[in-house]
Amino acid sequence: MTVTYEEALQKYEPVFGLETHVELGTRTKMFCGCTTVFGAEPNTQTCPVCLGLPGSLPVANRRAIEFTIRIGLALNCSIAPRCRFARKNYFYPDMPKNFQISQYDEPLCVDGFLDVLVGGETVRVGIERVHLEEDTGKSLHIGGATGRIQGAEYSLVDYNRAGIPLVEIVTKPVPGTGYLAPSVARAYVTELRDVLRSLGVSDVRMEEGSLRCDVNTSLSVRGSGVLGTRTETKNVNSLRSVERAVHSEIERQAEVLDSGGRVIQETRHFHEDSGATTSGRSKEEAQDYRYFPEPDLVPLAPPASWVAEIRSSLPELPSARRARLIQAWSLSELDFEALRNAGALDVVEDTVLAGASPADARKWWLGELARRANDAGVEVSALPITPADVARLTELVASGTLNDRLAREVIDGVLDDEGTPDEVVAKRGLAVVSDDSALLSAIDSAIAGNPDVVERIRGGKVQASGVLVGAVMKATRGKADATRVRELIMERLA
Amino acid sequence: MDTELTQTTATGLAAAIRSGEVSAVEVTQAHLDQITATDGRVRAFLHVAADAALAQAAEVDRKRGAGEPLGPLAGVPVAVKDLFTTVDMPTTCGSRILDGWHPPYESTITRRLREAGAILIGKTNMDEFAMGSSTENSAFGPSHNPWDLSRIPGGSSGGSAAAVAAYQAPLALGTDTGGSIRQPAAVCGIVGTKPTYGGSSRYGVVAFASSLDTPGPFGRTVLDTALLHEAMSGHDPMDSTSIAAPVPPVVAAARQADVAGMRVGVVTDLSGEGYQPGVMSRFTEAVELLESLGAKVTEVSCPHFKYALPAYYLIAPSECSSNLARFDGMRYGLRAGSGSAEEVMAATREAGFGAEVKRRIMLGTYALSSGYYDAYYGKAQQVRTLIIQDFEAAFGQVDVLISPATPTTAFPLGERADDPIAMYLADLCTIPSDLAGNAAISVPCGLAPENGLPVGLQVMAPPLADDRLYRVAAAAEAAFVARWGHPLLAEAKGLSA
Repeated sequence: MTVTYEEALQKYEPVFGLETHVELGTRTKMFCGCTTVFGAEPNTQTCPVCLGLPGSLPVANRRAIEFTIRIGLALNCSIAPRCRFARKNYFYPDMPKNFQISQYDEPLCVDGFLDVLVGGETVRVGIERVHLEEDTGKSLHIGGATGRIQGAEYSLVDYNRAGIPLVEIVTKPVPGTGYLAPSVARAYVTELRDVLRSLGVSDVRMEEGSLRCDVNTSLSVRGSGVLGTRTETKNVNSLRSVERAVHSEIERQAEVLDSGGRVIQETRHFHEDSGATTSGRSKEEAQDYRYFPEPDLVPLAPPASWVAEIRSSLPELPSARRARLIQAWSLSELDFEALRNAGALDVVEDTVLAGASPADARKWWLGELARRANDAGVEVSALPITPADVARLTELVASGTLNDRLAREVIDGVLDDEGTPDEVVAKRGLAVVSDDSALLSAIDSAIAGNPDVVERIRGGKVQASGVLVGAVMKATRGKADATRVRELIMERLA
Repeated sequence: MDTELTQTTATGLAAAIRSGEVSAVEVTQAHLDQITATDGRVRAFLHVAADAALAQAAEVDRKRGAGEPLGPLAGVPVAVKDLFTTVDMPTTCGSRILDGWHPPYESTITRRLREAGAILIGKTNMDEFAMGSSTENSAFGPSHNPWDLSRIPGGSSGGSAAAVAAYQAPLALGTDTGGSIRQPAAVCGIVGTKPTYGGSSRYGVVAFASSLDTPGPFGRTVLDTALLHEAMSGHDPMDSTSIAAPVPPVVAAARQADVAGMRVGVVTDLSGEGYQPGVMSRFTEAVELLESLGAKVTEVSCPHFKYALPAYYLIAPSECSSNLARFDGMRYGLRAGSGSAEEVMAATREAGFGAEVKRRIMLGTYALSSGYYDAYYGKAQQVRTLIIQDFEAAFGQVDVLISPATPTTAFPLGERADDPIAMYLADLCTIPSDLAGNAAISVPCGLAPENGLPVGLQVMAPPLADDRLYRVAAAAEAAFVARWGHPLLAEAKGLSA
């Protein structure tokens, strides 16, 4: 029996929550001086501390603590005046010490929220806690079918990642979003990513693993008021996957419940290819992490004055920016979402700052340039054209130097590294021909070459002049101002 | 063999080398000869770095010849407990599981000693991972007490204490977690100090229990011990628990050696049942001696000290169960078994750890488990707070506290080896200072009449008041030596038999 998403939603209310791990963009690791640059040869960015060698000791990275406080403040959390690190004990080969320095019952930031926009509606997602910990090494399991340690022939471990500062952001359970639950989950991660990016605390690249999500999902029978058993889906590492994971868990759990089964509290693995989840280890036989306060580190007590200083240095956050731009550019929330989803907010704003009108800036970035970016398979902001170039382009169009067709050719030139728009116009000789005498010979040729058309125009079919205009445009290779050409033709034939 | 050189104090050796009266190479060679002559019986060392030591000594002599500045310990041999990481010597922690490990980095303290000109002569035996009071838990066999080779030298830093008592080195490094410096110092008739927690760096000291482990010095005299204490101490940015404060002026205090007007509190709770009569009689004599030197002696009660031992045996194993998790055969040291990573980890730990280490890992794992944490680890931490408060109240009334350093003198090898609880009682007097993180010293105060073995007087001071220890211990030492006519160690006959 297969339960459709719609059927599931009629009967059950989904509740979801997200645990997001973010690798902080500090220069050095959480507890030692090793560099954090991504992509180096395995095990070249290590030292006695991040390898957990006997006798080594951790020293907390002040910058990582500052970044965590920034995140906490941006998510409207309270910052604990005193908190502690704790050891999370479990054995795994990519954990150098076989414990992870994390935070347990005393996180650095607690009890905040993040407002997200879904389909023009604002949903408030509660933030339970934000805490700081160290990342583990990275295992590569060779020879198994699943890529997991079970069944592998052997495993390789890269400790370059071990000790990179990691922030875990845990939401409160989010009820009441119904049908929209998958979209809200996705919108939350999107908004969170934008917040983190605006704070400058992480490069938030999901594909490189610097932002990773675990998604908790449960279903409760509508009207029962009883929370269902939740599952925790791991490896959800793209925005689309967050949405799909919630969606597929809702369907799967509904099916289990409808067939009289019981949802098991467990870890599930998400599969990018199928969009489905499969069972991992059961939480009911879960490990006991034997948390206790980390005795190698003193308690963390950020002075109130430092927290105030960090608060005053926070940049404009995405929600404030949204409100400001909607107002300043006269946008609807859907217009705004379109801009954000296209990844074009920064470039459009910079283009407006460079002198373009908001409407023109949006038109070029969401239209022609978005198409080019899509063809090239890159973000629109990654195109080799600057907001200043685009602003200049709109100016050239507004002044009549270029028409839209020529402007597209100028874009070709700029993207081909031929220089600024002005340089491309000069090099390619693309300016609109505004000198009437230069146009008149082309007009005369067109009139001479199309006597039948001339006859029809003179007979009153003015719209037939389009054929002559087209011929002139062709002869001038598009550089003529079509309106002026039409005027001149009508004068000639009058 | 030059016994005159091996019997000279560290202070005397440093002065003689500085003045050119004797070379550092001669001093080092004399101690290497003493090790060769005696260590077959004492078994203090796990590794003797003869060539490296002589090379370091030659460098000191070269510097002196060239008129370059010399450090405070220039040319003085120091024996190092085998849990300080050293790049030129193995570090085993007395365990099979670290067999063959050569640390790629140097501990802060041994680095500082090298910079001070000290000659690191070798690595000394210890109870495995510093867990024990006799060195019988060493995977490489026990060390022997130079007073009586059939008896324990104490532990866990027993190799270091035995080396100093056997004149194999004038100074040695140890670590004190529950008494592992003071108890071996007491039973070997030498001086040993547990500095204030955080006063000496733990970076490069393989951890047993992080919140308790405190590196400290051994010497045959109070002044020698102060000399090493000062050279090894001070803030270390690599250790977050290291205190950013000046090192207390311990050498000056040892030279001052004056207790006139000091308020000395006798801890009444550290006496009674389980205390050997000869230990108590020598302790009482020491109290009278201090009074005769002008100290104002009163009795002080610390009512929660009786809970210190059980609290310690929850906190220390809890931390050790986590600290020792890294020894899994994946990256360094022993690897045993085959199959999955999990199977190799289990087989390595089964083969690599001794019985006492396993016992404490099991205890600690249990004490931290979900559902038991509050009753065990949590409760023990509350007791720890009460003990700190006992000390604070006591130090509100007196400048230092005193007690016997150990309830008994050195017991025979094997006597308590199969009785962990009896073994644990050896640290009854020393554990409270570890739990509170304050400073304490053991200084010889005579021989127990019933067996002629040395007894230690323990002096305890508030955190960062380590200098008070040395004032009291040096005053007592001077008065005792004057009374005895010679240093106590002159009566040790274990090696002359």
